[in-house]
Amino acid sequence: MTEVRRFLADARLVAVRDLRIEFRSRVVVGQVVPFALLVLVLFGFALDADHRTLRTFASGLFWVAVLLSALLAVHRSAALEQSDGTLDALRMSGLPPAALFMGKAIAVFVQLVLLEVVLMGGLFVLYGVEVVDPALLVAAGLLAGVAVAATGTLYGALASGPGVRETLLPILLLPVLAPVLIAATRAFDDALGAAAVDGWAWTGLLAVAALIATVVGTLAHGVLIED
Amino acid sequence: MAGRDERPGTTGSRGSRLLGCVALTCLAVLGVLAFVLTGPDVRIHPTTGEEFGQFDAVRMLYLHVPMAVLMYTSFMLCAVASVGVLVKRTPWWDVMAHSAAEVGTVLCGLVLVTGSIWGRPVWNTWWEWGDVRLMTTLVLFLLFAGYLALRRTTTDPRRQERQAAVVALVAVLDIPLVNRSVAWWENRTLHQRSTLEELKIEDLTLFTLMFGFLAFGLVVWWLTLQRFRVGWLERAAIDHAVGSAMAERRSETSADELDAAIGVTDEQAGEASP
Amino acid sequence: MADRYRGGVPVVELRGAVALLGNFPALAGVDLTVESGEVVLLRGPNGAGKTTLLRLCAGLVRPESGSVEVLGHDLVVERRSVRRRVALLGHATGLYDDLTITQNVHFWARAAGLPVSEATGRVDAALLRMGLSERLLGQPVHTLSAGQRRRASLAALVVRRPELWLLDEPHAGLDQSGRDVVDGLVGDAVAVGATVLVSSHELDRVAGLGPRVVTISGGVVVADTGPADRGGSHD
Repeated sequence: MTEVRRFLADARLVAVRDLRIEFRSRVVVGQVVPFALLVLVLFGFALDADHRTLRTFASGLFWVAVLLSALLAVHRSAALEQSDGTLDALRMSGLPPAALFMGKAIAVFVQLVLLEVVLMGGLFVLYGVEVVDPALLVAAGLLAGVAVAATGTLYGALASGPGVRETLLPILLLPVLAPVLIAATRAFDDALGAAAVDGWAWTGLLAVAALIATVVGTLAHGVLIED
Repeated sequence: MAGRDERPGTTGSRGSRLLGCVALTCLAVLGVLAFVLTGPDVRIHPTTGEEFGQFDAVRMLYLHVPMAVLMYTSFMLCAVASVGVLVKRTPWWDVMAHSAAEVGTVLCGLVLVTGSIWGRPVWNTWWEWGDVRLMTTLVLFLLFAGYLALRRTTTDPRRQERQAAVVALVAVLDIPLVNRSVAWWENRTLHQRSTLEELKIEDLTLFTLMFGFLAFGLVVWWLTLQRFRVGWLERAAIDHAVGSAMAERRSETSADELDAAIGVTDEQAGEASP
Repeated sequence: MADRYRGGVPVVELRGAVALLGNFPALAGVDLTVESGEVVLLRGPNGAGKTTLLRLCAGLVRPESGSVEVLGHDLVVERRSVRRRVALLGHATGLYDDLTITQNVHFWARAAGLPVSEATGRVDAALLRMGLSERLLGQPVHTLSAGQRRRASLAALVVRRPELWLLDEPHAGLDQSGRDVVDGLVGDAVAVGATVLVSSHELDRVAGLGPRVVTISGGVVVADTGPADRGGSHD
């Protein structure tokens, strides 16, 4: 059991470090969150719509905004290890790659949840949505957050390497997250009363995606940071 | 790889040339069968007596279906080879994974195109968002296009063979999720409206379809073989380049440098001794 | 000086070691044996392969061919387990810019596996030894000078108490007091029986400790003065 405790302690160490850096540098809070809100506003302009139309599409627009912003957050998380030789230092420290993955994924997850909360507020104000099933909303939001954070952190490790990798992250990550987008949108449709679908079934799918992403990430992250 | 008597610079061999000829012949025969000898899908409506059906569009069946099956086969091969890369880490598995992925992606693109061409006259639309197979194939295409993009970021395959293998396996793991989510998403699917069972698949149609599998199977085999050999030669070229760079590097140490180096270290040793 | 031999197993043993940077053979067949407790100075022109050699010994670079053994670990087979016993000071700082020195060093101590109780004591001692004033400790790293960052990087390595030190041009960009700190560090390491490999252009600084000088050029060892106080060269 001490191995598990050790693992959790290491993961917590990394997560706290990443969150502390975010607290100091305020990249997510100061840049990514405003970007997400901006996306919502742009949709409003582009669709030239009234509240009723926006309410119908609210969940889809919400999750597209989350995914695009998640790209930025994940990229930022990966970039922390690219400058100043910290990735080498991490490899030298003997910290298990699985714990490194878990810690970084947790930090990204926390940032994503914050993002979702703010965006939800944006939906209330800008699109006039109403919450029919808050429990479903929270469950789907959290599980989708886990799936996105875990997958993103795994692929973020690919960002450190030779060649031009910046534009690679979106084209790798977004197709993999397609089912998460579909499932989360449907679940939110149910929770916001926009469509008659079984939101909890969709949330089940999100749970499966989140689980697979976490397991694969924990196992594979070590491979991706070595050469 | 049987019968490989490669002249330097080509990937051909007696075996592969024979295979290529047979494959081309079969394709030609398939063309004749599919576009000339078989008839269009024309059916008489039982009550109104009108003609209906897919008419000439059904000929796409002979291209689209074999390619779809072979596409899945290629991607499965890529997945298996990727496991091989992670477990064994020999160049053979890596070149195989890359080759299978490339061939599979090309097939995937063709499946989407032929499917679209087939669908337009029959379903009255070039694209249908709710269709399970269309969506899954599209996402599959995007996933492996990403894999190929990753492999292109560096010219040296050895740096990222394990990373690419992970990406390929994640892509393959993702497919069931995509399939489930799209299937639940819309209950209707165009594919159901005109399934293979609905068509009268008999005699010549059935034979043409089976022949299609054979013809395309041979073509894909030939393509994968050639692509594998190209990849293998690329690796050999890199090893060769490294080898000659090594020889060059060792000869870098000129006599002057050596003298200078030794000269200083003698001095140094003189200072250091107690 | 007391004989610091530990069972006769060399700390570093390279035979025909080849390492690639992309397709370029940075190391083209290095033969080198370093015994426990030695201080070895690596010299050579730019591009000779000194940095790659140090990274190879740290287990960060994969050996293409030849045999590489460090602290008894065969790095051709498995590179990860040796890393915790080795400290590598490279050109990069290995520090997080937005955190303070204390937070950085504390993180690296915990990452290396030290329990919290032990970490705090060692961190304080290391920071003191590196001559970092109280005032600096609470500032984010990106506000500090290169010399101060170098000391912080060293502090982060000191807490781990490595058996093998790999220092890549540690004096570069430092002022007089900074260089004294580095020399003191090497002295401390030697005193506890650790082994030190230093790559440097500043011969006269490290010379005071009576090191062996190994000259590298074109990815191979071209000259080696041998261990100074053991009589005769060992390779």
